[in-house]
Amino acid sequence: MNWKTFYALLARDGHVARRNLLPTLLQNLLQPLLFTFVFGKVMTTSGMMPAAYKSMLLPGVMAISMVLAGVQAVAMPLITEFQFTREIEDRLLAPIEIGWLAVEKIVAGMVQAMVAGLVVIPAAWLIMGSGVRLDFGKPFEFLLVALLVALFSSAGGLALGCSVGQTQIGLMFSLVVAPMMMFGCAYYPWSALESFPILHMAVLVNPLVYASEGLRGALVPQVPHMNTLVVIGALAAIDLGLLYLGLKKFHQKAVS
Amino acid sequence: MGIGIRIENLRKVYDAPPPMAGGGAGFSFAAVRSANKEKSPRKFELVALDGVSLEIRAGEVFGLLGPNGAGKSTTIGVLTTRTQPTSGRAFIGEYDVWQQQVQAKRLIGVVPQRPNLDFALTAREILTFHGAYFGQGARVRARRADELLEKFKLTDRATHMVRTFSGGMMQRLSIARAMMHDPEVLFLDEPSAGLDPQTRLLLWEIVRDYNRLGKTIVLTTHYMDEADTLCDRLAIIDHGRIISQGTPAELKATIPGGYLLRLRFDRVTEELLVDLKKLPGVTEVRSADQAFVDVYADRGGPLIGPIVNTAQAAGFELRDVHIAEPSLETLFLHHTGRSLRD
Repeated sequence: MNWKTFYALLARDGHVARRNLLPTLLQNLLQPLLFTFVFGKVMTTSGMMPAAYKSMLLPGVMAISMVLAGVQAVAMPLITEFQFTREIEDRLLAPIEIGWLAVEKIVAGMVQAMVAGLVVIPAAWLIMGSGVRLDFGKPFEFLLVALLVALFSSAGGLALGCSVGQTQIGLMFSLVVAPMMMFGCAYYPWSALESFPILHMAVLVNPLVYASEGLRGALVPQVPHMNTLVVIGALAAIDLGLLYLGLKKFHQKAVS
Repeated sequence: MGIGIRIENLRKVYDAPPPMAGGGAGFSFAAVRSANKEKSPRKFELVALDGVSLEIRAGEVFGLLGPNGAGKSTTIGVLTTRTQPTSGRAFIGEYDVWQQQVQAKRLIGVVPQRPNLDFALTAREILTFHGAYFGQGARVRARRADELLEKFKLTDRATHMVRTFSGGMMQRLSIARAMMHDPEVLFLDEPSAGLDPQTRLLLWEIVRDYNRLGKTIVLTTHYMDEADTLCDRLAIIDHGRIISQGTPAELKATIPGGYLLRLRFDRVTEELLVDLKKLPGVTEVRSADQAFVDVYADRGGPLIGPIVNTAQAAGFELRDVHIAEPSLETLFLHHTGRSLRD
């Protein structure tokens, strides 16, 4: 392991991310924030949704933004860099084991996911106005869940980025990302699915469920949510699985 | 002291189309499905290298010459850690390229066949980040980047994103990048493909200069003149095998007679070949197929008259003549029976 090289790789990704800061933020945050405005502001102010919905919605929006940011930060550049131009080659030739390049990508993705998550909290709060009741009484639990969420989104981004071609990006969004968001318990708590027993169990394969429920448990414990230990266990297992898959796919893609 | 390279009995069999040659947009769902099925009619298999052994001496300019698909890029791929050999070993200096990748990567600089510049960066950033990957300090990499930009005549475009660059500029920047960390061995995979003659001369000059510093240069090419003028030693490679190796002069000396006359007749018979063999100065006569005859001789043009006469006397019609002077091209034809561009 060569820290100088690792740091330089990270600096390169940081540099590129800063250069694309505004488009990246818009890409990851606009949709969740519009949703926040419609459901958290319009619907609640007009009385079609109870005001308590605001507190329930915020952690879900945060989970979605983090996952979108992490997946996109890693997957999108990788898809381009592994294409015809093989832009990544220069970094594969850097004096470091190539597995560390994948790890570096994951770390860079995690940072971007955390930034997205932290930007969403004040933004959504501002949009929804009064009535959001956040509880920061469990900072370590919050941080742990947020880190686990950031890790699965960027490790998932690595796995996706190494197995999807440029022509299939659209397909990836409609087949993977869209259902994941809708059935990720971001806009409703998991307990709301109790009246749909099959769906209630089926959504458990969706990592976003644990992200939303975990952040709910950490930020708005007054809202019904999954047991925190279950959430942390599930997130850790998903993290390990995606990490293994992502690194394996990366190796396959990087070496011919 | 320079760094030498040793390749021992290298084999590479691709079981999926290699990425560089792969035509599609990467991952294909269909291909994976058929690979998993036992019933699939034919498994993809491509033997790119078939027992290649080579010794490249420290401080020499070594050329790998061969047609497209001969195995040149795969050899470079293995030597630069980008391709995993199926069997055999390769060493850069004392380091096993596959086992000790990091040490090997420190010693090498690579100019790829197609520019693979980092499109998210400017020209100067490409160089400075490359220097940073190799642990250069901020001041050193800034100075070296400026020197190289100047040398490759890119200073005025230093702050531009490279996606706006022309092919030649990208190629120049690729070479500058490969030299950024001052590697002991420089690999150039078809460096002059797509360059205008002027840039090509500049490239040759730069390669020679770099070689004068005691660095080892390995280049692949299918241009005979490039191999001839630039390389101290050459290996001719075709279908994943080394056909012949030596200095350009040694290699040319192995061509029987020196001149090669490719003749095309309306038909070819054994009797015609015997007659041609009897002509003055002819050392070898080969018939490639129904109509073509390769005549190796110590003279070119002066032999045309006798050939025509012989053919007419025997009732054959000569339809086409191509005379190749003693060159690596003739050598290649001699060894493989086909032209480099076939």
